[in-house]
Amino acid sequence: MKRIEAIIQPHKLEDAKEALKNIGVDGMTITEVRGHGRQKGHTEVYRGMEYKVDLLPKVKLELVVGDARADEVIRTLVTAARTGKIGDGKIFVYEVADAVRIRNDDRGDAAL
Amino acid sequence: MRNLSFPTLRAVGCATAESADSFVASFRGARAPRTLTRWIGCIQFLTLLVLTAGVSLAQSIPPDIAKKLDDLDKATKNAQMAGDNAWMLTSSALVLMMTGPGLALFYGGLVRKKNVLGTMMHSFILMATVSILWAVIGYSLAFAEGSPFIGDFRYVFLHGVGADPNADYGATIPHQTYMIYQLMFAIITPALISGAFAERMKFSAMLLFMTLWSLVVYFPMAHMVWGKGGLLNAALGGKYPAFDFAGGTVVHITSGVSALVCALYLGKRDNYPDESMRPHSVVLSVIGACLLWVGWFGFNAGSAVAAGSLASSAFIATHFATAAAVLGWMVIEWLMAGKPSVLGAISGAVAGLVAITPASGFVKPMPSILIGLAAGVVCYLMVAKVKKVFGYDDALDAFGVHGIGGTLGALLTGVFATKEVNDLRMGKPMGWVDGDAGQMMNQLIAVLIAWGLAIVGTLIILKICDVVCGVRVSKEQETEGLDLSMHGEEGYNLES
Repeated sequence: MKRIEAIIQPHKLEDAKEALKNIGVDGMTITEVRGHGRQKGHTEVYRGMEYKVDLLPKVKLELVVGDARADEVIRTLVTAARTGKIGDGKIFVYEVADAVRIRNDDRGDAAL
Repeated sequence: MRNLSFPTLRAVGCATAESADSFVASFRGARAPRTLTRWIGCIQFLTLLVLTAGVSLAQSIPPDIAKKLDDLDKATKNAQMAGDNAWMLTSSALVLMMTGPGLALFYGGLVRKKNVLGTMMHSFILMATVSILWAVIGYSLAFAEGSPFIGDFRYVFLHGVGADPNADYGATIPHQTYMIYQLMFAIITPALISGAFAERMKFSAMLLFMTLWSLVVYFPMAHMVWGKGGLLNAALGGKYPAFDFAGGTVVHITSGVSALVCALYLGKRDNYPDESMRPHSVVLSVIGACLLWVGWFGFNAGSAVAAGSLASSAFIATHFATAAAVLGWMVIEWLMAGKPSVLGAISGAVAGLVAITPASGFVKPMPSILIGLAAGVVCYLMVAKVKKVFGYDDALDAFGVHGIGGTLGALLTGVFATKEVNDLRMGKPMGWVDGDAGQMMNQLIAVLIAWGLAIVGTLIILKICDVVCGVRVSKEQETEGLDLSMHGEEGYNLES
């Protein structure tokens, strides 16, 4: 099983969710995060005091899928979330040791 | 009957006698008329007497009419009192609203989230503490006739402050109304200072500080400018009569300058100016600023202590000055910083309100606009440029806006005060535009006294508070935030 962690632009969230739904992936966790890669932030001014704001709002999507589906999911996410500009985000892929469904103790792929 | 006077009756009588004379003469010949004339004369005289007596009786008014006139007189006076009292009670409520929630929101939005409750509490708690202090001794020290510097104790525990008007302080409203109106000013003035020591002052020290400050700085200043016999009182016999309609010196200079002293004494916030200390909610500040604008009509127009044309004039001057100040700040910020900020616009409004405060009941609308414009520009420069040069941490710009705005307004009052708006000197010139440039001297004296009293008083009080309980919170408490460290609360528990 693979955990796919995608950090994307907040305004691309709806496109990403729609695209995943269309390939039959429903389970995911969304978190609102802040961060940056190479994207520069912005400057805010309050009564003459300048504040550099370089922690930018992003959205993190986390999904766990079977090994067979991982590539398909990654390609779907990339297509949906891409704008072509700096700040689009990144996807990281991790190995998952195990998965358990809380409702009925299912394990492994059956729990996904 | 009243219009028949003795001379008229007499003239009529004489005319009748003469015509009777000639009538009889034409029948009796020249010898007889004398006796008949005398007879007619007697009868006429007696009739005259009776008529006059009747007229005189009529001129001592029948008692039921006299009572009616008396009732009418009382009703007219009551109507006047009702109008004035209604406005003054409304104004009192408006000024209290300026503190809570006006100032509480304005300042609360400007601090970091972890300090929002502590900052709002600085305003709110004064609504309680200053009120009790005022009732017990404050009103007396400020408004009882005593020395030119401070009142005596005749109104302690509000003794003698009842339903009857006090002729010196509003002849058409109950004395109690005047007292409660002035209380609202006493509440907001120390609250303004909290902008300077926001995010780092100990709550216990603040309570002690505010109590002492009211006693040492506010009550004497209020007495000097507004109290009977006060040194600077233009209306009630002051030696250096200064024009301060609603408190440019009493409220804004004292609090603004004290704020600077506090900022310097307490020192900068931890990591200032390196760490980002952005306002956590300019939204709250906008709401607060709007409440301040509306409430300020009670502050300025209410200072007319009556619901007449002077109140209207002050209302209008207030409004136009504020509008001009918003635009002044916005334009200069746009030019110098590239974008017109919302925080700048609302700060401009407050600067305009501050500057027009002393002038509101003395100047015409067009000068009000000039005063507002000047305040918007000058206060922006103070806050955005000058503060950085000196490097002091006046967290919420209490000095930049209130201290400087108040000083500017007090001086411009001396320029633009005119008898066409307020004929306080009964025909004599008021300010420079009227031809009395010397009034500027009185304004300057009042400004200097306010500065001096604020500086000396605040320094002494801060030292006392520091010795008694320490004024600044510890580094850990400051990092944790006042809400948790001082009050054991968090402002927003949005996950719950």
